[in-house]
Amino acid sequence: MSFQATPELEAEVHELISHYPVKRAASLMVLHAIQEKFGWISSDAVQWTAKKLELQPINVFEILTFYPMLRQEPQGKYAIKVCRTLSCALGGAYELHKHFCDKLGLDAHKHGPQTTKDGKFTVEFVECLASCGTAPVMMLGEKFYEDVSNAKADEIVGGCK
Amino acid sequence: MSTAATTEIKPALTAIEHIKVKVDGREIEVPRLIADWSGKLTPTTMIQACELAKTDVPHYCWHPKLPVVGNCRMCLVEFGTPALGPDRKPVFNPDGTPKIAKSPRPAISCATPISPGMEIYTKTPAVKQMREGVLESLLINHPLDCPICDQAGECKLQEYSVDYGQSSSRFVETKVHKPKAVDLGPRIMLDAERCILCTRCIRFTRDIAGDDALGIVNRGSYNTIATFPGIPFDNNYTLNTVDVCPVGALTSKDFRFQMRAWFLKETKSVCTSCATGCNVLIGSREEKIFRYTPRDNDAVNASWMCDAGRLNYKWIARADRLKEVLVRGQKSTWKAALNEISDKLKNAQAGSVAIIASARQTNEELWLISKLKSKLGAISDSIPRVGEADKLLVSADKNPNTNGARITGICFTEMGINLVKISDGIASGKIKTLIVFGENIVKRAVANEKLRERETVSEVVDEHAITAELLAKLDTLIVSDILPNETTKLAHYVLPGCAPAEKRGSFTNGKGRVQKFMKAVEAPGDARAEWEFLHDLVHNVTGQNGFVTIEGLFNQMAKEIPVFMGVTWQALGDTGVTVQI
Repeated sequence: MSFQATPELEAEVHELISHYPVKRAASLMVLHAIQEKFGWISSDAVQWTAKKLELQPINVFEILTFYPMLRQEPQGKYAIKVCRTLSCALGGAYELHKHFCDKLGLDAHKHGPQTTKDGKFTVEFVECLASCGTAPVMMLGEKFYEDVSNAKADEIVGGCK
Repeated sequence: MSTAATTEIKPALTAIEHIKVKVDGREIEVPRLIADWSGKLTPTTMIQACELAKTDVPHYCWHPKLPVVGNCRMCLVEFGTPALGPDRKPVFNPDGTPKIAKSPRPAISCATPISPGMEIYTKTPAVKQMREGVLESLLINHPLDCPICDQAGECKLQEYSVDYGQSSSRFVETKVHKPKAVDLGPRIMLDAERCILCTRCIRFTRDIAGDDALGIVNRGSYNTIATFPGIPFDNNYTLNTVDVCPVGALTSKDFRFQMRAWFLKETKSVCTSCATGCNVLIGSREEKIFRYTPRDNDAVNASWMCDAGRLNYKWIARADRLKEVLVRGQKSTWKAALNEISDKLKNAQAGSVAIIASARQTNEELWLISKLKSKLGAISDSIPRVGEADKLLVSADKNPNTNGARITGICFTEMGINLVKISDGIASGKIKTLIVFGENIVKRAVANEKLRERETVSEVVDEHAITAELLAKLDTLIVSDILPNETTKLAHYVLPGCAPAEKRGSFTNGKGRVQKFMKAVEAPGDARAEWEFLHDLVHNVTGQNGFVTIEGLFNQMAKEIPVFMGVTWQALGDTGVTVQI
């Protein structure tokens, strides 16, 4: 297994498991801890987790694939999250998403997050970012943007070095 | 201890209280508790009560031998329970019958326990509407291409569509497309689009086979049955998931697209790969076997069988099968060969004949051989086959009829201990004639000196000293087998026999269950069922005239051998009878 857990992660996972009556209950928290550390959760990491929790890898894989915010692939340097819940969808979120995809050479019709070949950008749809009055909204990393027009989008992408 | 034959091993039901419920207005008494998939007594559910009342309730995810999950919603029914007044006392109608308070909501009959006086309604317009709704929902993303689906003809989705489906789909949006022809493991192919996510396969492999290999990945309409990437679905019971799959999602790589299910002739038979004797259905068409599927028998294999046994049928259709009667290498006829053999045996000196029969032969055949044996004063034995057992079905004894060989006196409890006497007898020249049935004895033969060496270090049970050199010393070597091998090559007489799928007969399994099996396909060429020519041979040699039908033969055997306690062929039924061994 190529996944190497640091002693800190080992300790953290050990601690997390101790919070629950059964080991399996800690699955989600352990995955969060791994993602926090590595940015994504590899297949080897899933097997490592399964071993820690005395489960079969498929049991952990089910959880990993259920939650879109648990990443199965490394994220790009800049993560673009476009809101597509109702207000933003009506306010042009799909057009905005397509604009990003076209600009960055990605396929707007593909399901799930997509990363550019150079690993610089990841574009994905997310659910409500809680600013329905200023649709369409998006996030770049942890930064929040409102009323994102195509021009503003270009500006945002342009600002990413 | 009672010596009466039992036909079923069931938990004692006498202690369980019975309660009255009504199914569609018909009152029936059902036990309050029924054994669940793990054998534990659990409250009887509405679907089980309906089953006992012989009322069909359509269902996908519920399976009597699997844990209940209640996710398909197809078994929704309406129901009512006796009404209670404000004083918590039953309320009665003017005619004295208890007043029934109908539940305002339906319930899934697979997971709702019954209660005394409960009324279950399975045929109301509301129930019909619910079934139609559930079915339409299941068909939203399901491809509507039954003609090219391998499951067509034995698909629950298809069957219920006839009952509750619409002639055309109202769904105009684009269907969700999921992976097709996914290689789940060495024997299983998945079509995720056809899957209705009932999770029967997941529960089977997790709870019955004990290999938690399958799960549901992704979410919402992208839900898909999957294995963990890189870990193939490969245990010895994977093909049972194909049987429990109610739709065309899981298919057997061996059987898929080989034959339409409705063309198959299904013959009740028994698996011959080990001493468990799982009940099977042989699916054949035009004298060709296409598949084995397990047949329910709670006393033996429940509803399952192992993959190894299921796929162990290809040898029957091998092109090099023995198809001709050979006398000293020349093609002959049954009549000529049997007459010659009969004359030789009749004139044989007492004690100069040895018989090695096979514990793969039927009770009837072994019994006929035992008649020859006693007439000729012959020594006999058969060859043990030992392998590995598992916790579920597979037995360490790879012979299907070891107990039959013991009961008929062909071998001792310890099979194979006479082989040394036979090899010594041949070596000393005392044994001049050897009759071998269905065993390639040369294969496991080890030169005498070496064998002695080995016996001091380990318990070698299936090796013996009857080598090809030793066989060459015999005056007469008579071999009956199905496939050619080293021993048939050395034989003076070769009598082509039948695979169990090509004849009728019975086996006694490892636990003493006597089970009969039927003929599925014709044997090739001149090959004849062993019991048929053995009957002729016994008649010629002993002068006794036995029965010429398998029924008569079995009944006569059961009368003569005390262990069988006079059980009749008819009484064996489809699932057999357990005798005290």
